[in-house]
Amino acid sequence: MSERDSLTRALSPLGALGRPVLGALAAVGRVTLFALNALWRALRPPFYPREYALAMLHVGWLSLPVVGLTALFTGGALALQIYSGGARFNAESVVPQIVAIGMVRELGPVLVGLMIAARVTSSIAAEIATMKVTEQIDALTTLSTDPMRYLVAPRVVSALVAVPLLVAVGDVIGIAGGYAVATGNLDFNPATYLNNTADFLQWRDVVSSLAKGCAFGGLAALMGCYFGMNSGRGAQGVGRATKGSVEAAAVLILAANFLLTGAFFSV
Amino acid sequence: MIALSGVTKAFDDNRVLQGVDLAVETGRSMVIIGGSGTGKSVLLKCILGLVRPDGGTIALDGQDVARADRDAFLARFGMLFQGAALFDSLPVWQNVAFRLLRGSLARPRDEARAIAIEKLRRVGLGADVADKFPAELSGGMQKRVGLARAIAAEPEIIFFDEPTTGLDPIMAGVINDLIREIVTEMGATAMTITHDMSSVRAIADEVAMLHAGRIQWTGPVADLDHSGDPYVDQFVTGRATGPIEAVR
Ligand SMILES: Nc1ncnc2c1ncn2[C@@H]1O[C@H](COP(=O)(O)OP(=O)(O)OP(=O)(O)O)[C@@H](O)[C@H]1O
Ligand SMILES: [Mg+2]
Repeated sequence: MSERDSLTRALSPLGALGRPVLGALAAVGRVTLFALNALWRALRPPFYPREYALAMLHVGWLSLPVVGLTALFTGGALALQIYSGGARFNAESVVPQIVAIGMVRELGPVLVGLMIAARVTSSIAAEIATMKVTEQIDALTTLSTDPMRYLVAPRVVSALVAVPLLVAVGDVIGIAGGYAVATGNLDFNPATYLNNTADFLQWRDVVSSLAKGCAFGGLAALMGCYFGMNSGRGAQGVGRATKGSVEAAAVLILAANFLLTGAFFSV
Repeated sequence: MIALSGVTKAFDDNRVLQGVDLAVETGRSMVIIGGSGTGKSVLLKCILGLVRPDGGTIALDGQDVARADRDAFLARFGMLFQGAALFDSLPVWQNVAFRLLRGSLARPRDEARAIAIEKLRRVGLGADVADKFPAELSGGMQKRVGLARAIAAEPEIIFFDEPTTGLDPIMAGVINDLIREIVTEMGATAMTITHDMSSVRAIADEVAMLHAGRIQWTGPVADLDHSGDPYVDQFVTGRATGPIEAVR
């Protein structure tokens, strides 16, 4: 074997690495263009108020039960964990503060975001992909209706608005869950618990929570729409689009969470 | 007039259209025949811009459609898709009246609904289906709803992709008559794809046969039976043997 061959072979993992990286960059470019396209169209007539109302209903209102339950159990579990963990160094009393910080800064937005990815991203992707494979998207176009404006923009905009609100609700319910466990099982004084929570939280915590909600909601809806609109053919195409959209949304939400946490709280 | 010249389209290495030249005069009814999978549906989608051709030009009234204003262009068209392509989240009447409920042709809801019910009647469907959802209808009924939707806004140019497949002979006759009527009374230009030779004779002014990515033959419907083209003859008589292979 010549020296050149062995060099090529030694470097080949780099080549293998290069292709997916380029592919990923191209995908980022396509998704960004797609998002800008949708938002640009959302700002210009014709508007479809009924589609916005329906999207708001599905993304926001109908997600309330799952968001509420998720936050409630998480807040309760958090209180139990901090109490038993804190007991190891006599810090049981920090339960209200840590529950508040944990829910508002981190768990509220992340869990709501992931639940939205499970619930909303999947349903958007499956719906739009089915419309695509049954030529309904083509039919929209021939009926002089732009699918980006009629299908994509309402879903993305509703998620941008509704998910921060869901996060706010999740934060409050999560804290309530912690409060219920702490005052019911752990002998905390109700008034002191609430005071400690309110005194401890800063505006920055709340703003970061809502900003994360906005970002995660946007990503979730965007992934659903993008994978749906680019679905392959047939039932298999719909299945792939749905799976891909949820994976992408979940990973992007966790990555964005890391970046936003850094942006808000690193000093 | 719709004029195609040298239109090509390939999906990966599947060269579907290999240089299609075709002219459809305004106010005439052109029927496209050809074997299954020869690219008839793709051809209509190319004209509408739903599929971007790889090469060639498509002109409507002398203007290149690729450069035309999309909204104004599409406003002149109606299309019945091969699979009906009804919006399954909307009831039947809102499917039919889709164009009349939004955009530049929007009108009051009552009026749109009345027009939808009238169009449904013309395709042989009663007012009772208006409030059903597409999934509750049979395949042939869905097809007819798709047809009603295509003609609802009374477009100048209408494409019908297999309007009578899946219909019983009587209903097929009703639809053939309707398409003929739309062309003769409303002066619309029609392009219809069909495999049903009795439909061809009922609907067509001109016939074009697509084969191997090109227009194999085109001419007035009266010449169909003595075209002198072995491909057309085999197709019209439905023989398994001839220049067209039965396995494709
Ligand atoms: N979006 C697409 N992607 C890849 N291939 C396609 C696509 N649309 C059509 N084709 C291919 O193009 C060819 C022609 O398809 P088309 O639907 O136009 O056939 P057709 O003449 O309408 O047939 P039929 O009479 O059965 O409806 C087929 O081989 C089909 O597989
Ligand atoms: Mg077809």
